[in-house]
Amino acid sequence: MKAFAELYAALDETTKTNAKIAALKRYLESAQPADAAWAVHFLIGRRPKRLLESRKLAQWAIEETGVPDWLFAECSHAVGDFAETIALLLPPAAASSDLPLHYWIEERLLPMRTADDETRRAWLLEAWRAMDEAQRFAWNKLLTGEFRVGVSQSLVVRAIAEASGAAPDKVRHQLMGDWQPSAEFWRGLLAPAPAPASAEADISRPYPFCLAYPLEGEVEDLGDVRQWQIEWKWDGIRAQLIRRAGQTFLWSRGEELMTGRFPEIQAAGDRLPEGTAIDGEVMPWKSNAPLPFAQMQRRIGRKVLGPKILAEVPVVLVAFDLLEAGGRDVRAEPLEWRRAELERLAPRESALVLSPPVEAASWDELKQLRQESRRRKVEGFMLKRLGSPYRVGRRRGDWWKWKIEPHSVDAVLIYAQPGSGRRASLFTDYTFGIWDNGQLVPFAKAYSGLSDEEIREVDSFVRRNTIERFGPVHRVKPELVFELAFEGIQRSTRHRSGIAVRFPRMTRWRRDKKPEEADSIDTIRALLGSGPV
Amino acid sequence: MLPRMAQIDKSLAHAGCCRRSRGAGGGPNNRRVPLVEITAHGQYCPAGDFHIDPWGPAARAVITHAHAAQFGPGAFLATKAGEALLRARLGAQAQSVTIQSLDYGEAINFGGVRVSLHPAGHILGSAQARLERAGEVWVVSGHYKLAPDPTCAGFEPLRCHVFITEATYGLPIFRWRPASEVRDGILAWWRANRDAGRASLLFAHPVGKAQRLLALLDAPPEPIYCHESVEAVNAIYRRQAIALPSTALANGQGDWRHALILAPPSTALASGWMRIRGTRRRRSLDRGFALSDHADWPDLLRAIAETRAERVWVTAGFRGPVARWIAEHGGSAVAIEGRWEEAER
Repeated sequence: MKAFAELYAALDETTKTNAKIAALKRYLESAQPADAAWAVHFLIGRRPKRLLESRKLAQWAIEETGVPDWLFAECSHAVGDFAETIALLLPPAAASSDLPLHYWIEERLLPMRTADDETRRAWLLEAWRAMDEAQRFAWNKLLTGEFRVGVSQSLVVRAIAEASGAAPDKVRHQLMGDWQPSAEFWRGLLAPAPAPASAEADISRPYPFCLAYPLEGEVEDLGDVRQWQIEWKWDGIRAQLIRRAGQTFLWSRGEELMTGRFPEIQAAGDRLPEGTAIDGEVMPWKSNAPLPFAQMQRRIGRKVLGPKILAEVPVVLVAFDLLEAGGRDVRAEPLEWRRAELERLAPRESALVLSPPVEAASWDELKQLRQESRRRKVEGFMLKRLGSPYRVGRRRGDWWKWKIEPHSVDAVLIYAQPGSGRRASLFTDYTFGIWDNGQLVPFAKAYSGLSDEEIREVDSFVRRNTIERFGPVHRVKPELVFELAFEGIQRSTRHRSGIAVRFPRMTRWRRDKKPEEADSIDTIRALLGSGPV
Repeated sequence: MLPRMAQIDKSLAHAGCCRRSRGAGGGPNNRRVPLVEITAHGQYCPAGDFHIDPWGPAARAVITHAHAAQFGPGAFLATKAGEALLRARLGAQAQSVTIQSLDYGEAINFGGVRVSLHPAGHILGSAQARLERAGEVWVVSGHYKLAPDPTCAGFEPLRCHVFITEATYGLPIFRWRPASEVRDGILAWWRANRDAGRASLLFAHPVGKAQRLLALLDAPPEPIYCHESVEAVNAIYRRQAIALPSTALANGQGDWRHALILAPPSTALASGWMRIRGTRRRRSLDRGFALSDHADWPDLLRAIAETRAERVWVTAGFRGPVARWIAEHGGSAVAIEGRWEEAER
């Protein structure tokens, strides 16, 4: 635990990529194999599920620290990080733990999932009392799973590759899917040749997804339109469908196994030939066309899928790429070859739908077609260079997303509350109102889009113009106007404005506008007609 | 689990006892005219017709410490130890200001109010303002800390009826590590940078914090370069016989590859806020050293308890939580809203 806490501190103490990689390499080279595997598991953002309800963690922390509930809540708002709040409030440390990371994880952390409350509490206190302050903080981070130490998956991959001499793309692939951290896994990861696919993790392992950058500059800069494969950009859940060893797996981009939640797609997968992996988008789909994404949200929200919801919101996998065929990794084959092979493989009359190719003789024609995006319930186009391989991760050059412009409205800041993480103790989470019969009704929440400088200015405004407080939420004088952009818009019974929007964010501070000049609910209702509802 | 708090509880309960016994005997006669009220320009003493650390121009003002002086013209009352800093802080504005200065503990009378200034331990010349009229005593804390600091006089606990306290770091997450530990952290960071041939750039408030850091580093292994705003204040400290290690002006001359450079905060780096990771991370700082010139949570409670005040007014920072804590532990406290000088976060 000592070395891991030191690693955490080292990663935290620098903003420089090279220093972070050096710290990771130092740790990985000297750690026990099982410790290294666990460290990587957490650093790339994996976390054990349902170890302990945060409510109970808070309760036991409160008992141990001796602060009342309300003061714990105040501290938590100021710190913006649960694990850190507890570490700051615990009594001064009197010990330091020499036990290895994998001991604390395998013997204490994971068993919490099934232990009774009395045991969990005893283990928690045992850990806090055995550890120094840095260790407690790292331990709390393991417990809550919110790592936020400024380390991306690709940074970890680079460090492993540099420490072991393995190719980064291979390391990245090995880190996909459902692997169990262990000494054995770590040795396999560092081995020069991959072990034969035998374990369950190897059978189900997805490929790293290829991701697109937003189009930069003008579309004409991409050259001849005939050198590009054009697809609609679907607004669903990116997924990889795999058929191996007589089993079907459906993975989300967040590497969550979702096979059971989409039985239609599973059935289609069962009909695929052995050794196939397909990239696509899970979409709510009826009569050869997408349903609004809101329908999908209805379905995702269900624990049990009854016949009614299955009939009302059927899903398909809109397939657009082939990564494995006949058990062979075909990612290096050219795009058009993979597309042809995909068309050949796809079972007819199933929940596997081929993403229809978009034909356009010129960029101008494509621009015309792009105007139909909202009506077609898509987000614009995907542009993929013919002849290109299927790459690992987000790379510039071969794949571009060309999205439609978002909707936008001017709204008034009416509530603010402190953010979390690096925005702790700063008012960064805002609620915006729009006019409805002479009153500002809450319309959307937004957190992103302002520069650091603007955030500080708004923070200072909130402190000076608070009218009322509800715990951490401050109601402020309605004075500041912001332009908000958002994607979809739909009616909602849960929102006071009667409207819910997707991905709202701030695009501009309208210093030139007075609050009276902000938009009204009527403007927004008018948008309801123009887009996916 | 926070052993000091238990003590505080007792002291506060004790303060409660005082209040009851005082209620029975004489004590302050005229409760209807408070010694201090909060006006649009901040804390104001109507009987003496003066402000304390005003938020706007005021004809007469008591200034508890140099950071608090924002406005001229007017007649200021300050400490002798703080006068030079105050003038430096006011810059050109000092022309339009008359400054009367007192020794710590020395008193002056304004309209029947006896005013004296007492060490607050915040920075050089910082003071608590003690106001007394007909046996009733109010103390305005200004900014303060209880931890020892070789660059200024140590905090003096004062008994009073009403204590107006700051609460910049009034949450139990703020418990400072000993200054020696912070110093060791800075030296280790500096050493690592030096070994890598890199200069170490440390941001700190040029008035007070920078000098405390210098005194803390005592006999540095290499020269410390200071930004001109820091160097100007260093000179003021040295003239008042505060021992600081030798420094050089960071003017582009000299070899900085092994140096520590002290500069004013475009960001607050050596600051109490550095106790919180998030405030460090959003500034993309490599390191934050939690060294504050304000009282932390345990010291705030201790200072408040030692005043035995019947009533506590809580200003700045986490005034709400501090007031509630006191109220829940048998005291009488209220959070005072206003445009308090905030530590940069």
